[in-house]
Amino acid sequence: MAWLKKTDVKSKIPGNLKLNIWTRCPACQAHIYKQEWEKNLKVCPKCNYHGGITCTERLDLLIDPGSFEELYPDITPRDTLNFKDEKGSYENKIKETISKTGLNEAVITGYGKINNRKVALAIMDFRFLGGSLGSGTGEKIFQTAMAAVEHHLPYIIVSASGGARMQEGMLSLMQMAKTCTGIAQLKKKNLPYLSVLTDPTSGGVSASYAMMGDVNIAEPGALIAFAGRRVIEQTIRQKLPDNFQTAEYLLEQGFIDIIVNRKNMKDLIGKILDFNQRK
Amino acid sequence: MDLDFDKPIKDIENKIAELKTLNLKSKVNFASEIKVLEKRCQEQIRSIYSNLTPWQVVQIARHPKRPVLQDYISLIFNSFIELHGDRIYADDQALIGGLATLDKHRVMLIGHNKGKNTKENIERNFGMAKPEGYRKALRLMKMAEKFRIPVLMFIDTQGAYPGMEAEKRGQAEAIAHNLTDMAQLEVPLIALVTGEGGSGGAIGIGAGDVILMLSFSIYSVISPEGCASILWRNAKFAPEAAEALKLTAPSLLKMGILNEIVEEPIGGAHRNHEETARNIKMSLIRHLDTLNQIPLKKLLKQRFEMYARMGKP
Repeated sequence: MAWLKKTDVKSKIPGNLKLNIWTRCPACQAHIYKQEWEKNLKVCPKCNYHGGITCTERLDLLIDPGSFEELYPDITPRDTLNFKDEKGSYENKIKETISKTGLNEAVITGYGKINNRKVALAIMDFRFLGGSLGSGTGEKIFQTAMAAVEHHLPYIIVSASGGARMQEGMLSLMQMAKTCTGIAQLKKKNLPYLSVLTDPTSGGVSASYAMMGDVNIAEPGALIAFAGRRVIEQTIRQKLPDNFQTAEYLLEQGFIDIIVNRKNMKDLIGKILDFNQRK
Repeated sequence: MDLDFDKPIKDIENKIAELKTLNLKSKVNFASEIKVLEKRCQEQIRSIYSNLTPWQVVQIARHPKRPVLQDYISLIFNSFIELHGDRIYADDQALIGGLATLDKHRVMLIGHNKGKNTKENIERNFGMAKPEGYRKALRLMKMAEKFRIPVLMFIDTQGAYPGMEAEKRGQAEAIAHNLTDMAQLEVPLIALVTGEGGSGGAIGIGAGDVILMLSFSIYSVISPEGCASILWRNAKFAPEAAEALKLTAPSLLKMGILNEIVEEPIGGAHRNHEETARNIKMSLIRHLDTLNQIPLKKLLKQRFEMYARMGKP
């Protein structure tokens, strides 16, 4: 593999200059000064691409500093099926993911304040097994809905997910019904439910709670889908439009209320909640 | 389509047929030989069908001779008035519904509508429904609520249709909407998986008070082929994925996903449509009798608790 070494420019850079100060926008390929990327909330200053952020970063963006009270932090995935694939057991994958991300599930839940108004929150994190909807994920989202009902609070869910969690089989699919059971309780009690769809929100998550907001809010360019693009292309054997399954496309089709830049998200949510006059 | 594990059975069945024609043509009587072979055939069926791998069950659940909704409508129900359309866009022939009578019970029957041959399957999109199908199902459920009649949901689909038009018209929203409204629907809901319970397309008409499965049906979060192509990076590992996914009725009963298994005849529903239909009918009537006795408030509370328990640590 001598040819590989020849092009390995990085190895020619002296150690002290190997600082990772640049990042590249995955969408427009523009080189961005890393500090600027972070300061801009991981949004590309050139093309407005909204990069993935962690649930804690999201929390900082959405709620008043220091207002978070976490609920159900100890719920973790369980390998009920004793699932094993080519690469090993789900049980090991859970352990690795927990130690790598420092999270216990693909969602953090709790109470927080938005402009001094208390809300119930569930924020998904794509780093945790692709933000997949497992039993623990569903339980946290469901229980938080019930907490919102009990304390008469609006509920806000920020989704980032590839869909149901295969390794939990039917227990995972049933979380779609379970989370929607929670959403139905909010509806019955006339409590506001705002769904924020971020990149990506697909499969079993888009086909359950994520689509059911009184207001569905999306980030620019977010992939929002039921079936994967590749599956569809194989089914219909034709190319799909470029903007297919983007937030903009879904807004055009009538499934998203509003697309908002990350930096304005909190402000928008606060304003919408201000309109709820029901006490 | 012949199943490879069915070959020993097919061989004996062929021999029996051969002897039977010989019996007619020649003067020699093969009656006793036929009897012996028939007994052996039954034993063979029993031994093969009591030791199936999950992948073999998948093959049976997809068997082209397996009864489809149309068979069940004529074998189980005394009458059926099909109602068409979602009132918004179209009438989806992949998912149909209507008013049906089952002995003394009046019900709303909804189900995936696979065909019995290629022509029918093309017309019905192989039982893969689009948003208009799920929206029609919800419209009929709401009508059942208004009429105070229970809803029966027959599930048999590879999945919700993954096409461009289906995405465009909101496949995800249609399924999500059904799940949310089913949680509060004020009539009993019975779901029965008769063949393939394919992911979101199945649960879109599946969140019932009672969930039943035929003994050789399957219910899965993803098809074994889809799972294999993601986690094994090759669809040919589908048998391994089928094993790992625990998608058979006995496994799911153990996991608490189902309430009950409806037994198929020995050798599978494709060998005896009538007996399969009789077993389903008995089970449905029993559950209808029970559910109809439950006061509405208690019914909704039980449903709520059933889904709250799903996968609870």
